Amino acid sequence: MNFDLSEDQVVIKRTAREFLAARYRLDEVRRLALEEERGFTDAQWEEIAGLGWPELAVEEAQGGQGLGIVELAVVAEELGYALAPTPLQSTWAATLLLAAAGEAGRLAGGRRGTVAQWDEGGDFRPDTSTLEPDGSRLTGVKLAVHDAASADLLVVTAAGGRHFVVAADAPGVSIESAEALDTTRRLSTVTFDGAEGEELTGSEADFGHAWHAVAVACAAESVGVAQRAMEMAVVYAKDRTQFERPIGTYQAVSHRCAQMLLEVEGARSASYWAAWALDHQPDMASVAASTAKAYASDAGVRVTGSALQVHGGIGFTWEHDLHFFLKRANANAHVYGDARWHRDQVADAVLLTP
Amino acid sequence: MDLTLSPTEEEFRDEARAWLADNDPGPEPEGDEAGFEFRRAWQRKLNERGWAGLSWPERYGGAGASQIEQAIFYEEIARAGAPQMANVLGLAMGGPTVIAHGTEEQRERYLSPILSADEIWCQGFSEPQSGSDLASLKTRAVRKGDEWIVTGQKVWTTLAHQSKWCMLVARTDPDAAKHRGLTYFLMDMDQDGVDIRPLRQITGEAEFNELFIEEARIPHENIVGGENNGWVVAITTLMHERAGLAFALQVDVQISLRQLMERAKETGAATDPVIRQRFAQLYIEAQVLRLNAYRGLTRTMKDGQPGPEGSLGKWHWGEVNQSLTELALDIAGPRAQLVDDPWTYRFLRARANSIEGGTTEILKNIVAERVLGLPRAK
Repeated sequence: MNFDLSEDQVVIKRTAREFLAARYRLDEVRRLALEEERGFTDAQWEEIAGLGWPELAVEEAQGGQGLGIVELAVVAEELGYALAPTPLQSTWAATLLLAAAGEAGRLAGGRRGTVAQWDEGGDFRPDTSTLEPDGSRLTGVKLAVHDAASADLLVVTAAGGRHFVVAADAPGVSIESAEALDTTRRLSTVTFDGAEGEELTGSEADFGHAWHAVAVACAAESVGVAQRAMEMAVVYAKDRTQFERPIGTYQAVSHRCAQMLLEVEGARSASYWAAWALDHQPDMASVAASTAKAYASDAGVRVTGSALQVHGGIGFTWEHDLHFFLKRANANAHVYGDARWHRDQVADAVLLTP
Repeated sequence: MDLTLSPTEEEFRDEARAWLADNDPGPEPEGDEAGFEFRRAWQRKLNERGWAGLSWPERYGGAGASQIEQAIFYEEIARAGAPQMANVLGLAMGGPTVIAHGTEEQRERYLSPILSADEIWCQGFSEPQSGSDLASLKTRAVRKGDEWIVTGQKVWTTLAHQSKWCMLVARTDPDAAKHRGLTYFLMDMDQDGVDIRPLRQITGEAEFNELFIEEARIPHENIVGGENNGWVVAITTLMHERAGLAFALQVDVQISLRQLMERAKETGAATDPVIRQRFAQLYIEAQVLRLNAYRGLTRTMKDGQPGPEGSLGKWHWGEVNQSLTELALDIAGPRAQLVDDPWTYRFLRARANSIEGGTTEILKNIVAERVLGLPRAK
């Protein structure tokens, strides 16, 4: 029993922290978010692809690095901490689903992918697509697709838990940018009009594992987002003086910060556990992944909101960087299943089994 | 990272599980006295196996087990539904404090009867005017020859009427700064100067007591950790209380949750969408409590000492246990108006969870100041 990162995992975490801190200072994050059309540059993507991060958790037999979901979660946490705008996470989601069908090689060589999940008219449940393929042709509209405009390939969910691969430039695919809450991530509305897709074939268990891994990576990212927001709040509470004393001496403020720590550490524990279970304890992986995504979704929303409150008026300004973190945390809370849906999964697992 | 048990840990778990199954003492008898004697007999049985002081050094009668093994043992005790040991404060707080700060003579004298439950221990820290601000306590001890004469009042003293020894913190230097003038004594409870009165709590029972101390006598040799050094010694006791109990308590939550799940299935509440959401949230929080405890344990084993993060566990546990009992009343519905339901007792008892062993507010102060490094209020 050793619930701590291994030496290798600590090195991965530190390397990611240092690399991302150097490349994505907050003024660069702001520039990418507000000025760069795709939200990243070719040079940035090439460097990330050069590190092998896109295929980090893909088995070596499919051309990947052969690392686990724990390592993926560790890097995801650092991406959240840096708030790096990059299509890496959307590419991970596509890669994980492709890998479930033994097709991870389709994104080899730095190609980018994304997942088109949410049907127009759909609700909070992520697994209820009603898109009915006509043979291999897809017709329908998917909303809030991450980084679709810069992707080479889309993994599209369809009715009955089916998955199709569609080339982003295939005839019958139109990608239209949508205005995102989270300005550090590009979203699109993708319309399929008889677009030709290829169905991915894999076991339900393997696709389930992939979806859980996607949710856990997102949860881990929110841990990093919340950690950074908490640190910003603590620094501000030490520096900001009102009524002749630092506001951090007031319990109304300091207890808020203590609450942030409780939630950040809890979300981290849950995310690491879930990642570890996906790698080593398949019978717990589903409940653990839902535990992590539910807890981290709520924690991300609450901690960033609380950090804004500690900052007072300055935290509400466009000039301050906090809103980028708050928006990412809120967007993450509503993708790949929100807290309500994941709690429902937990309830199904623990209340319905004898 | 490895959340599975090592082969040695697994072997220990299997051994503990088998022993607990073979030595099941059966249900606890009704009545305070009978219940206490039952728990004393149970502790003796465990002590014969070397497991009462599981993590204590072997030379003091313990088993020298690692903290992980201690944690595994708590989980197995909970899993088996085995009773608590009688000398809970002596085992969790008194013994570790004597081991850390006592003289070799004191260790020889006190540790063995703690393990055998021949001498029960209680804690004389809180006073009516000194709760969270413990260092402001007013109970006075004045030296007279080889003895100290103690006068004052203590409150929330669990097991006082069963106890031989009281971990008593008293003011020995009224002129020193408030943290510096305190001394940690072991006071013999069996003397005229100590009057024990039961303190009735909101459940209707008297689990705690008040101590009225009027010129009680304590030999000088019963000081632990040196004259006027009582604050440091008391903090050791409190850190052990929070770190040790937090782990045992999270196991308790898992059991309560399982019991409440059964109740929810029986009553049909398990299909109600709102109840399901609250249930799932509690399950999630209970998992987080468990995982944080394991992460804390890994940290403690690396650094050798429980850190201030231990304060997170106690505080979080209080919230989770309170929510759990609130959900239990909602599942009970109109029956919640009646006291014949054991969950009603648990609900009322849980109100103290955010007060006993350090209020949530004090624990948040500790986290804010010592973990996050925020400035102190003054």
